[in-house]
Order: sequence, then C-alpha cells, then structure tokens
Amino acid sequence: MLRPRIIPCLLIRNKGLVKTILFKDDRYIGDPINTVKIFNEKHVDELIAIDIDASVKNCEPDYAMIANLARECRMPLCYGGGIKTVEQALKIIGLGVEKVAISSAAIQNPSLIEKLAKEIGTQSVVVVLDVKKKFLARSYETYLLNGKKASGYDPADLAEEMEKRGAGEIVVNSIDHDGAMRGYDLELASLIRDRISLPLTILGGAGSLRDIENLIMKFGIIGAAAGSLFIYKGPTRGVLINYPKPEEKDAIVSRSLGRFADSGFGISSVSV
Amino acid sequence: MITVIDYGLGNVLAIANVYKIANIPVRVAKCKSELEGAEKIILPGVGAFDYAMRRLQESGMKEFVDDLVNVDHIPVLGICVGMQMMAKSSEEGALPGLGWIDSVVKKFDKDKLIEKTGLPHMGWNDYRVVRSMGLLNNLESHAKSYFLHSYYMKCNYNDDILALTEYGIEFASVVNHGNVFGVQFHPEKSHEYGSRLLLNFAEL
Repeated sequence: MLRPRIIPCLLIRNKGLVKTILFKDDRYIGDPINTVKIFNEKHVDELIAIDIDASVKNCEPDYAMIANLARECRMPLCYGGGIKTVEQALKIIGLGVEKVAISSAAIQNPSLIEKLAKEIGTQSVVVVLDVKKKFLARSYETYLLNGKKASGYDPADLAEEMEKRGAGEIVVNSIDHDGAMRGYDLELASLIRDRISLPLTILGGAGSLRDIENLIMKFGIIGAAAGSLFIYKGPTRGVLINYPKPEEKDAIVSRSLGRFADSGFGISSVSV
Repeated sequence: MITVIDYGLGNVLAIANVYKIANIPVRVAKCKSELEGAEKIILPGVGAFDYAMRRLQESGMKEFVDDLVNVDHIPVLGICVGMQMMAKSSEEGALPGLGWIDSVVKKFDKDKLIEKTGLPHMGWNDYRVVRSMGLLNNLESHAKSYFLHSYYMKCNYNDDILALTEYGIEFASVVNHGNVFGVQFHPEKSHEYGSRLLLNFAEL
C-alpha cells in the first residue's frame, strides 16, 4: 500500500539551514549536511531543501552544495531555489537529486514546466506555490520571489494549469501559516486537492504530529511537509532535529487512513 | 568490484556511498575505457526514457555495456528508468530500449488508480516477493521502498518477475532474467531496505 509522505522541509540561506516565521525573521539553525545525516538516521520519508535566496538574488543554484546534499541523502531529495532553465534542472538531476522544485519561474514562464516534463520526466517536476490569504477576503493569491511579490494568480487555477503543463507534484506553502505551528490551512489544501489529480504536498503550519494526522485523515494519501515541527522542540523552540519513529509513523498513518477510509472514500484497487 | 555507470542521470554518488560504507570496492564509469574488466554493473536512472537512452548512447558506453551483459553475461542491476531502459520499448518515448528483458514499458492507467492520488506513483510502497532470489535476501517480508514513476514494466513472461507492487494494478517492481536484474524503486534512497538490496546484489 502506498503511504502518505511525512517530509521535513529545509530552508537554506548562505549555505546554512535557517527557519523563518511568516517568511521573515529567519533564524540560523545549523549545518544542512549534519541535519541530513540526522534525518538519515531517523529514516525520514523524503526531504525538501529550498534555497530561499537564489531566486531573490537572481543567482545560479549552488551546485556544490546540492551535490553534497544529494550524496548524503539516504532518502529522496527535492531541491528548489533559483532554477529558471531546463539546463539548470538537468544539471541538478545529474547531481543525484530526484525532484526539482520550481516556484517563481513556473509563474513567470509557465512553458518551462512543459519543457522540463519532456526532458527530465513529469515525475521529477515539482511546482511550489507560495500562497497568502487576500486581505479581508476569502480567496487566496500566489506569491513570487520568496513571498516578496504578489502574482495576481489564484493558487488553485495555477495548480490546475501546472498539472496540464506536466508538473508531477504540487507543493502548497502557506505564507500565513509559515512557522506559526498552529496547524495546516486545511481550507487551502481542499481548494487545491479538488482541482488536481497529482501528488499534493502541504507545507506551512504543522506544530504537532496531530496536525499531520488531521491532514492525512482529511485527504488520505498526501504529502505532509513541515519545517519548525522537525527542527524545534518545546514551547521555547529549542533546536532539536526530530522526526516520528517508524512505529509512531505507522501508528499515525494507520489511525488516520483508517478514519479516512471510514469517511466513505475507501481505498480500492482493480486488478488487471 | 561494482561498477556504477555514470551517463549523467541518476544518483551515482549515493549508490557508490552505500558500497563504500560497507567496504565493498566500487568505481564509477563515465566512458568505455572505465568499463573494461567490469564484473558487475549498475545502471541508474532518473528522468524521461528517450533522454536517458540518448544520454547512454552519447556516453559511448551503450554498445560496450550491451556486450558485457549479452556476451560476457555479467550481472547488471537497472534502477528506475535504468530498469525501464532494459525493456524493448516504452510508451514514454520513441527510441528502442536495450531489450534485455522481454517487456514493454507502459503508462499507468489513471482510471484504475486510487481516487485523487494520481500520477506519478510517488512515495513509499511495499513489494510482494513472488520468486525468491539472492537479490531479495532478508527483504521477503515488510520491505518498503521509495517509488517515483508514471510508467511501469510489463513483462511478457511472468517468470521474469521477482516482486509485485500494488498501485491500482499490480506491476512488476523487481525483475530478473538470467544475469539481468531491475528494480523500479530507488534502493539508493530507501534507507536500510535499499542498502540491503544493493549489498545483496554485490553478493550474488
């Protein structure tokens, strides 16, 4: 049986691991390679690493750092930050990264997604949508350049377009929930889930394993990504890299999927 | 000695790392001369079928690898697209495959999939061993691995299937024909389950 994915998300700035709150106030956490080694021992499902400066500063991806991350990872790695061309993506895949994440460039130049799907395969093309709730409105808007610039686009419309163009996964990152540790924006997740039939990963807001359980209970097979949750421990947010033990993870998954199945969706299979 | 083929795709260094940690000699071959004398080879892969076939052709190693496998009969392990390249053809591309396993690569039928999980098949899934083999030693129950693909190998002979995985349909996730082995998942990215499989390959 395919399982939901529980994914630590690492933010990188100046080669260091950082953590933000509401996309601001970044705090230095440590060395990303050491963190990967700890996550290896904890058997994490996969990792997302995002260089939050690369697109803003308009610089090339840091290939040496990406190669180091890819070599250390005993789990699949999705890298994002500063990728604007097919050549850059191919180079990164060649370094041993399984998936490349495109955010600003996917909105500014959507045909890039089609070209990427053709060259590196749909399964390796991830589109990350940084999303903020509109002021005094119920609707949402997608942002560019690490949350610095509004795009004017509705995230569900964009997600649907990216699926058509060949994206293999959509990661929805809530700017309003980033670092808040008060739970995912389930309403936003529903809006996107209803519009696409691709793997979907939700990022932003997880403050406890219960939040992850609630997400899986509502959506079944989904990616539950988190930064703060796996980096901090306790109310004072002391840095302690953590992740549920395999048996804890199995319990979360079976409890939440069990209740998901009870909700009437069910998990069916058809034999050939 | 394990030789990992580096034609610009797939996680060559992560595979090599697994062997280095276990003190098993491993080398990376980027050109024909570095393949000379290979005893066991790994063909990794991430990406689209045609792009992978083209890169292997351009590396100048394709014919040589073909001889190592078909004439010298040395063991070869294909990973993900590296496994799919061993088929005769793929619905994903127009180029012919290596044809080492009598099979074609097909796209999953979205209509048969679990609601809303769609394609690609992405994440940790189990496999059910249908034919025991050294490659799967100690992996015969509760083994999981990381999958990332929208296409699967459809074998013309069931005897070539070592393990099946369920994703809407049951598909061949581990295959073997003679000296040719393939895994659809990423053992280099599947923690100890994957390391075990790579070490089993070294012991064959």
